[in-house]
Amino acid sequence: MEGKRSVRMCCLCNERRASLNRPKTLEQICRECFYLAFEDEIHQIIVSNRLFIRGDRVAIGASGGKDSTVLAYVLSKLNRIHDYGLHLFLLSVDEGITGYRDDSLETVHRNQIQYGLPLKVVSYKDLYGWTMDEIVKLIGLKNNCTFCGVFRRQALDRGAAFLKADKLVTGHNADDIAETVLLNILRGDIARLSRCSSIITGEDGPIPRCKPFKYTYEKEIVMYAYFKKLDYFSTECIYSPNAYRGFAREFIKDLERIRPRAILDIIKSGENFRISTTTKMPEQGTCERCGYISSQKWCKACVLLDGLNRGLPKLGIGRSRVAIGCKEENESHGGKSIESKQCGSLDF
Amino acid sequence: MQLTLEFGGGLELLCDSKKIHNVNVEFEQQNGEDKLTMKGLLSWVRTNLIKERPEMFMKGDTVRPGVLVLVNDCDWELSGQLNTSLEEKDVVVFISTLHGG
Repeated sequence: MEGKRSVRMCCLCNERRASLNRPKTLEQICRECFYLAFEDEIHQIIVSNRLFIRGDRVAIGASGGKDSTVLAYVLSKLNRIHDYGLHLFLLSVDEGITGYRDDSLETVHRNQIQYGLPLKVVSYKDLYGWTMDEIVKLIGLKNNCTFCGVFRRQALDRGAAFLKADKLVTGHNADDIAETVLLNILRGDIARLSRCSSIITGEDGPIPRCKPFKYTYEKEIVMYAYFKKLDYFSTECIYSPNAYRGFAREFIKDLERIRPRAILDIIKSGENFRISTTTKMPEQGTCERCGYISSQKWCKACVLLDGLNRGLPKLGIGRSRVAIGCKEENESHGGKSIESKQCGSLDF
Repeated sequence: MQLTLEFGGGLELLCDSKKIHNVNVEFEQQNGEDKLTMKGLLSWVRTNLIKERPEMFMKGDTVRPGVLVLVNDCDWELSGQLNTSLEEKDVVVFISTLHGG
């Protein structure tokens, strides 16, 4: 009983009351039509970009947050109703951030039961000998995301290798990718700019990764989760307020308010960048220490880890030209006993 | 006016970690109209419910970009956003999308 308020009908089916305004298309649609459109668009992206082949073992990067929960739910559903023939797994990374990751991991454990998908958790402590809390204590509150992001990428690859996965999927959405395009422009990072808007990356590395939500708006993911009452964890990482990405995000959100289509347009611009043939690009090789793909002598994770273990937290941050790969005696630092730990025992 | 307000996506941390609030909003009549609009409600919420970091919830007159608003499970963009008029027993939900996924 709406009384004085006008009721808008769904512009697609005209049978039910409209529940939301889709930023992607500006359509006013009801829940049922929204579910169908949302799921079908993702199905089309998967098929037209040939993200998977039958029999693929697919690891879903699952943090317990909104994107990865909805990803696990939708991918399971599409796998069933369209018979993709995929073997799906949940893969979670424990960075060791108290009050943030320990809570969100509980959510992933619940997702494991709710969606019936096997779960593997890899931790920084096991892989690198350091938790993020310990790292931040050493390096302070700047550049936290640099360490965490680099370590997480490798952690996901190792977890995926453990699961014998053929592909890794993550829940990065349109807003995330638009932010990344902007970030790379602001930083003048031409190498990343050329790669960041691809839907499949790392095909020449250990495990190819894809982002089925590349064209999916964050708002729609949240609305989908809300209406379907999906269980997810929603708190900001305690170290994130100092991240540079926050500025790009603020800008993107303001843009979306004025013209929602801007998000997809930025992604399209990112895809359409052409790099002059005279520009020097980094060449891809392998890390001398652990064999991971790297454009330098040592991969970033090895550089950062070496810095941590030697008590040189600035190693690998910024544009310093410190000699990397020199064997020096260990410096002890503060109260923590430092053991130099190799990046991993896995050969890539 | 009796209303039920829900805060999600991390916003509950701004209001004493309580997700659901059953409130009675007293409002002034403006220009001879006795309707409470979302604009009036937001102002009331900021004053009465938000205990810390109001900039996480509002920017200027309206919600911070990235905060979704639903009135009776309907996107407020369909009903005029700030001009949405509210009625007795309405349920208003605020969900923040600004966190990791």
